Parts: sequence; C-alpha cells; structure tokens
Amino acid sequence: MGATIIEKIVGRNIGRTDVKPGDIVTVNVDRVMIHDIFIPFVAEKFEEMGFTKLWDPDRVVLIYDHLVPASQVDDTRHFRVGNAFVEKYGMKNIHRSDGICHQLMTEAGYVKPGNIVFGTDSHTTTYGCVGAFSSGIGYTEMASILGTGTMWIKVPETIRVNIEGELPANVSSKEIILRLVVDLRADGATYQAVEFAGSTVEAMSVASRMTMSNMAVEAGAKCALFTPDEKTAAYCEIPLTEAETSLVGDADAVYARTLNYRAEDFVPVLACPSQVDNIHPVAELAGTKIDQVFLGSCTNGRLEDLQRAAAIIRGKKVAPFVKFIVTPASRKIYR
Amino acid sequence: MGKIFRFHTDVDTDQILASQYLLYPTIEEMKEHTFESLDPEFAHKVQPGDFVVAAENFGCGSSREQAPSVLKALGVRAVLAKSFARIFYRNAINIGLPVIVCRDLYDNVADQDEMELFLEEGIVRTGGKEFACTKLPAQMQRILDQGGLIASLNREED
Repeated sequence: MGATIIEKIVGRNIGRTDVKPGDIVTVNVDRVMIHDIFIPFVAEKFEEMGFTKLWDPDRVVLIYDHLVPASQVDDTRHFRVGNAFVEKYGMKNIHRSDGICHQLMTEAGYVKPGNIVFGTDSHTTTYGCVGAFSSGIGYTEMASILGTGTMWIKVPETIRVNIEGELPANVSSKEIILRLVVDLRADGATYQAVEFAGSTVEAMSVASRMTMSNMAVEAGAKCALFTPDEKTAAYCEIPLTEAETSLVGDADAVYARTLNYRAEDFVPVLACPSQVDNIHPVAELAGTKIDQVFLGSCTNGRLEDLQRAAAIIRGKKVAPFVKFIVTPASRKIYR
Repeated sequence: MGKIFRFHTDVDTDQILASQYLLYPTIEEMKEHTFESLDPEFAHKVQPGDFVVAAENFGCGSSREQAPSVLKALGVRAVLAKSFARIFYRNAINIGLPVIVCRDLYDNVADQDEMELFLEEGIVRTGGKEFACTKLPAQMQRILDQGGLIASLNREED
C-alpha cells in the first residue's frame, strides 16, 4: 500500500516502511529552532532536567528576532540568557537581528527536504515548503530534545489538497491558503498533516509555498508539506536526488480527506479583523478607508511579496493619513 | 469538588495569556493576567481545584507554554473541552496539567456550576449527571501520571 509524504518522512527517519497514522513513534530530530522569547525558559527547563550537554550543538539554532530591537530594558535579559547558553554549551548557530526565524531556517540552509525539525513557535510548519516535517512545540519539550535528540510523535493522518491550473492575475498563494483555512475552519486540520499537490503548486516558487506552509497552522495543521522538486533543490543548494523526489503522496496512499481546487476559481481576498478565517473578496471591501499598511512578517516578507506590492504602487503616492511600513523578512531579502 | 469557569470556542493562547506578559520573568507574575481580556477578575476568582471548560479548539494560536503554565499555577485542576489545539495539548501534558476531551460536557453546564472529576475512571459528575471523557494515549498518560515531562525524564534516568 502507498504512503503519504509524512508517512515516508517519519518511516525513513526511524527505518520503518510500515508507518501508519496513529502510530506513536520516537523520531530522531534533525534540527531545532529556539527564538529569543522562549530561550530563558528553555535554558531553565534544560538544567532542571539535569542535562549537562546538548545532544548535538550543531543541530541547535537560536534566533533573536521577536525582541529586536529591544523595546524595553527587560527584553535584554533574553539576550543575556541566550548568549550565556550559547557560550556554555558550545553552540555556533546563533543569529542576532538577521531576520525572522522561519525565513532564516530555510534561507540559511538549516532545513533540508525530508528533515524532521521542531521549533518553539507555532509557525514552524513553514519548513514544509521544502518538504521537511516541521512543527511547533513548547519550551519544556524543546529542553527535552536538546538533551536527548529525540521526540515522540503521533503519526498524523493527511489531508490532501490538489490545485490544478493557472492562478488569475493578482492572486497569490496567500489567497489559496486563506481560502483553505476558511474551508477547513480554524481547527479543521488539527493533529493532521496537509499535503499540497497539482500543477498550480508545481508552478509555484519556494517562497510562495512558504506562505502556505506557514499559514496552514491557522487551520491547526501539524505540518504542511510540498514535494521537493528542482526549485526546492536550487533554493536549498543541494542536488536533487531520488530521496527528495520520492517524497510524494502515492496514488494509493490513504488520506483523511481530499480537497480539489481549480486555480481559476481563486479571487483576491482580505482577512479582516479579528479572526484569520474572516475572509472577504477585495472587491467587496473596495473604498474602505485604510489607516495603516504593513508589508512584511514571516508569512509575507519575501522578495516576491515586495515586488508585487511595488508593481501596484509604482508611480503612486501613499495617502497622507496612511502609515506604510515595509519590513523584509531577512537581511538577505533587504539587500 | 470545584467550580466551572466556562469559555467559548477557539479560545486562543493570546486570550489565555496575552503576549505582552510573556516577557515577565516568572509564571507567578504572569498568572495574575490569565484570561484578562475575557474575564479581568478570573485570576482572583479562581480557586485551587476549579475547572476550565470550553468548546472546540481550546488553546489555538501560538506555541506559548506559559498558557497552560499560568492555569496550573492558579491551581486549575483540569481543562475539559470538546477539542484542543495540538501544541497546547502537548504542552499541558508536559507540565502535568490534565487536559481532557469531553464532548458532551460543555453544552450541559453553566459557568460557576460545581463539578467533580474522577481522572482515573475518566468521568466527571456535575448537576447530578455523569459524563464520560476520552482517554489519553498511553504515552501521554504516563507523562501525566509522573507529574510532567521533567519528572518523567528524571525517572527514566534513575
């Protein structure tokens, strides 16, 4: 019988070919990400657990992004604790103000296709864009991985999402994932993996896929996976091997449900306050007065997002009553 | 016996503990602000042994472990909901806070009702009625029984 992408990733990690949803297994962790907000708690729990060394310092990445620049004196406590932890346990992978954690994890080459990665942030699902199983956890669990290098998981069922055809003008992967969150609801994919396939996602850049993997957690998803292809290989700067391309959902794999979309049916939409699934077509909201525009974040701070916005506002001026903030997701994008 | 504090569906971690309080150095300082936006008096009203009861998807949003931690620090005996968000659920078990899926409870109780929990039997009694809860996977039950992940890891080393 065939397997879904997540079943293949977990199976390879533990050397089994019979992995099924619901199995509780202990996986070997390829990489972890901790950000500045939670490092003091991770450090405290790590020592409380009695560990004296990291299982593998090179697999641990610490990123200062939520608190930079520090807005309060107390914020710097997080950097002091983080710096001391890095020093004491011999870590090399630390980023101070290089960009948003999820952008850096793939951009700086920490995550490769087929990897199993955990991070202290719910949007850790982002790395599914390169075909990695990545998910968010709390600081106690992170401390336990730092000591053991392992983590127990329940193998999730998979929701398969097929999207075929060419997206209309002014429609991006953001529209697709917002629509999916509405269709699934805020808990429609809880405990489940989401797997994307079809000609529309094959034509997408890794950056566009990143937006979808990032936001899938808004439907509760444990991870959101794309099959690695030539674009993934170029992005990750690795040769494309059979190991990567075979991370595909088999035709005879068992899915919890399958959703089919036609790319032509998507329209430009906006998520309105205060819930992420409060989605309306832009056409319905045209004419609404705007106070502030923010272009950035781990969901939409990539070069193609900035290019798209630039194309729209070229030759125009920002209205005097509008505050317009642009924040690229990383230094690399800024350059 | 404890009182029920009843909350709606999709209660997110920001509603349990807003992000500005995550920068406080200790859980003890954070706990005063639990559920602040939904019920500013919650931290003062809740007593050790009380329960939080909610509808679907309790604890969605961020990965912050401070959310279950402040509930535990306030003495909340257990959280019972129709369903939980994944990360909150794991975090709660890891710190030793019972999180219990009980599909029928929410629609049959009111805020401030008295309730009794029989964790081992997997049932709750309130208003003369009894409700069955879903059992935890064995792996999680073992961590919870040992008082959380830290206690559990320390035990494995012994």
